[in-house]
Amino acid sequence: MPNYVSVRTKTNRISFQIAKRTAWILLLLSLLLILITVLGLSAGSEFIHPVTVVKELLGYGNGDYDFVLHTLRLPRVLMALLVGAALGVAGLILQGIIRNPLAAPDIIGITSGASMGAIIFIVYFMGSVSIQFLPLAAILGAGIVSFIIYLLSWRKGVTPIRMVLIGIGISALAKAVVTMLLVISNVAATTKAYLWLTGSLYGANMQDVYLLLPWLVILMPLTFILARTVNVKELGDEIAIGLGVKVQVYRLLFLLISVMLAGSAVAFAGGIAFVGLVAPHMSRMLVGRSFAGLIPVTAIIGGIIVIVADMVARTAFLPKDLPTGVFTAAIGAPFFIYLLFRTRNQ
Amino acid sequence: MRIILSSTPMKQIGLFISCLILLLAFIFSIAIGQTSIPFSSIYDAIFHFDAADKEHVIIRTSRFTRAVIATVVGASLAIAGALMRALTRNPLAAPDILGINAGAIFFIVSAITLFSVQSLMSYMWIAFLGAGAAGAMVFFLGSLGRDGLTPIKIVLAGAAITALFVSFTQGLLVIDEQGLQSVLFWLAGSVSGRSIEMLVPVLPFILGVTVVAIFMGRSINILQSGDDIAKGLGQRTMLTKITLGIIIIILAGSSVAVAGSIGFIGLIVPHMAIQLVGTDYRWIIPYSAVLGAILLLSADIAARYVIMPLEMPIGVMTALIGAPFFIYIARKGLAKNA
Repeated sequence: MPNYVSVRTKTNRISFQIAKRTAWILLLLSLLLILITVLGLSAGSEFIHPVTVVKELLGYGNGDYDFVLHTLRLPRVLMALLVGAALGVAGLILQGIIRNPLAAPDIIGITSGASMGAIIFIVYFMGSVSIQFLPLAAILGAGIVSFIIYLLSWRKGVTPIRMVLIGIGISALAKAVVTMLLVISNVAATTKAYLWLTGSLYGANMQDVYLLLPWLVILMPLTFILARTVNVKELGDEIAIGLGVKVQVYRLLFLLISVMLAGSAVAFAGGIAFVGLVAPHMSRMLVGRSFAGLIPVTAIIGGIIVIVADMVARTAFLPKDLPTGVFTAAIGAPFFIYLLFRTRNQ
Repeated sequence: MRIILSSTPMKQIGLFISCLILLLAFIFSIAIGQTSIPFSSIYDAIFHFDAADKEHVIIRTSRFTRAVIATVVGASLAIAGALMRALTRNPLAAPDILGINAGAIFFIVSAITLFSVQSLMSYMWIAFLGAGAAGAMVFFLGSLGRDGLTPIKIVLAGAAITALFVSFTQGLLVIDEQGLQSVLFWLAGSVSGRSIEMLVPVLPFILGVTVVAIFMGRSINILQSGDDIAKGLGQRTMLTKITLGIIIIILAGSSVAVAGSIGFIGLIVPHMAIQLVGTDYRWIIPYSAVLGAILLLSADIAARYVIMPLEMPIGVMTALIGAPFFIYIARKGLAKNA
C-alpha cells in the first residue's frame, strides 16, 4: 500500500499505520496552530503586531511587551492549547471505547465529577491547603465518579449505552452536590467557584502550565502505544474478543487515561464544554478512522478550538473577560445538532 | 408487572388515602420548621387571623405560601413527567432530563440580565417560550432518523441541549455578577421566599391544563398502543401529541417560573404511580398529581432540617433522591432494549 506508512516494533507491541495524507494534514494543522497562537498573543486589550510578537518570542524584541506577553498572554494561550488537546483526546478515547459518536467527557459525567472534586476543594480546603492541590482534587473527583459509573454499568461486562445513561444520572447527582456546596459556602467562594465552573482561563500563569504539561507528556504517548486495540474494538466487542483483544481490560485502561486527561484539564480551566465532542469529529472528517493518526490531529484541533474561543472570550466584550466555556458551547452545540442530524440513520 | 392496586374500588380508595396523606403533609409543612407552630394556631391563622400574633404572621406570609407552591409545583411536574413518558414512550423522559427546565431558565435569566424584565407575568410567558423552544429542539433531534424516537437518542439530545443552555446561562451570570447569589438559589430550585403573587398568574393555566390532562387519559391510553393502532381506532394522533406537548410545556414552564429548576419529580412520581395502578393513564395522571405534591412537600420539609440553620435548595434534595432512581431505571428498565 503506497499511500500508507506502517510503523511496527519487533514484538508488535506498538503498531500503527499512518496515511501519507494524514502526515500532510498534520503538517498543515501545525502551521495553522502556530499562526493562531501568534494571533492569540497579538489580540487583547492592547493589540500587538504579530511580527513584533514573533520577534519578542524569539528574543530579538526590545522588551517593550515583556510583561503583557510573557506574564499575561503566553501562559494563557499555552494553557488553552494544553487544555484543548487534553479534552480533545479524552473525547476521542471515549468515543472510541463507547462507540457512540455522541459520547464526550462533559456529557457522560466525567467533567461534572472533576467539578465536584474541585468545588469541594475550593469550599473546604482553600484556606488550609495550597492551591497546587486543586488539580489533584479534580482528577480524584473525576476518577471516583468514573469508577462509580463504570461499576454501576457493570452487568456481565459494560455496554456503552448503559454507561452513557448512567453517566447522565451520576452527572445530575454530582451537579446537585456542587449546587449544595455553593449554597452552603460563603459569597466570595461562590463567585470564584462559579467562574471556574463555566470554564475560564482567566489568570492562568506559567506555573499552571508546568503543572498540566506532565500529564499530557505521559498520557499522550501512552494512548499512542495502545492505539491499535482501539481500531479493532471499533469493529464491535464480539469481533474484538475473537481477535484476541481483552476488551474489558482495555476499556478500563482507556477510560482511566481519558479520565486523567479530562480531569487534569478541568482542574485548570473548569468545565470547558463540547471540545471533547467536537474535536474528535472534526479530525475524523479530515483523516478518517485510523486511531493513531487521529490522536495528534485531535490534539491540535482541540488546542486550536480553545485558543480561538478564549481569544474571542477575552476580546469580544472588552473590558469584560468572559468564560471560555461559553464560546466553546456556542461552537459546539450547533455542531452537536448537526451530528445528531448526520448520524440519524445509524 | 405486578400492580398493587388492581381493582377500580381499590384505586378509588387508594386515591382517597393519598389525598389524606397530602393534606397531612400540607399541615406538617406549615407546622414544622425553624419555629414550630401548634396545630391550633394554623386553624386560627386561617379562620381567625390576628395580625399581632407572630405565629399567624409566619403562617400567612411564609409557611402557607410555601406549602401551596410546593403542592402546585409538585403536582405539575409529576403530571408533566407522566405525559412526557406517554408521549415519548420512554421511562427516562422527564422535563429536566430532556432540557426543558434548562431552556426555560436560560430564557428567564437572559430576560432578567439582558432586557431587565421585571414583571412576574412576563417571566411566565418567557418561561413558556423557553420550555417550548427546548422541548421542540429535543423532540426534533431525538426523532431524527429511520428508527424514530429511541430512548437513548432523546436522552442524549436532552443532555446536549441542557449542556448548551446551562453554559449560556452561566455565561450570562458571570457577566452580571450582582445578584448571582439570589439567582443561584432560584436556579437550584426552591419553593421558599416566593410570594403568592408569583403563583397567581400561572395558577389558572396549571389548573386548566391539568383538567384537560385528566380528561385525556383515555386518548393517551389509545396512543400507548402505537401510532398505527391509534389511527386505526379513529384517533387523530398528531392532534393528541401536539395537545400533550402544549400541556407539558405549560406545566413545566410555569413550574420553573415559580420555583426554578426542580428535577426528578417528573421521573420518580409517574414510575411510582405506574407501580401502583398499572398503565392506565386515566388513573396515572390523578395519582401522579397527588403523589407529586406529597413528594415535593416532604422534600421541602426535609430541606429545612438537613443543614440547619441554613436551608437546602429543594432542587438539590430532589436530585439527591432522584438521581439514584434514574440510575436504577437505567440499569433495570432499559436493560431489555438498550
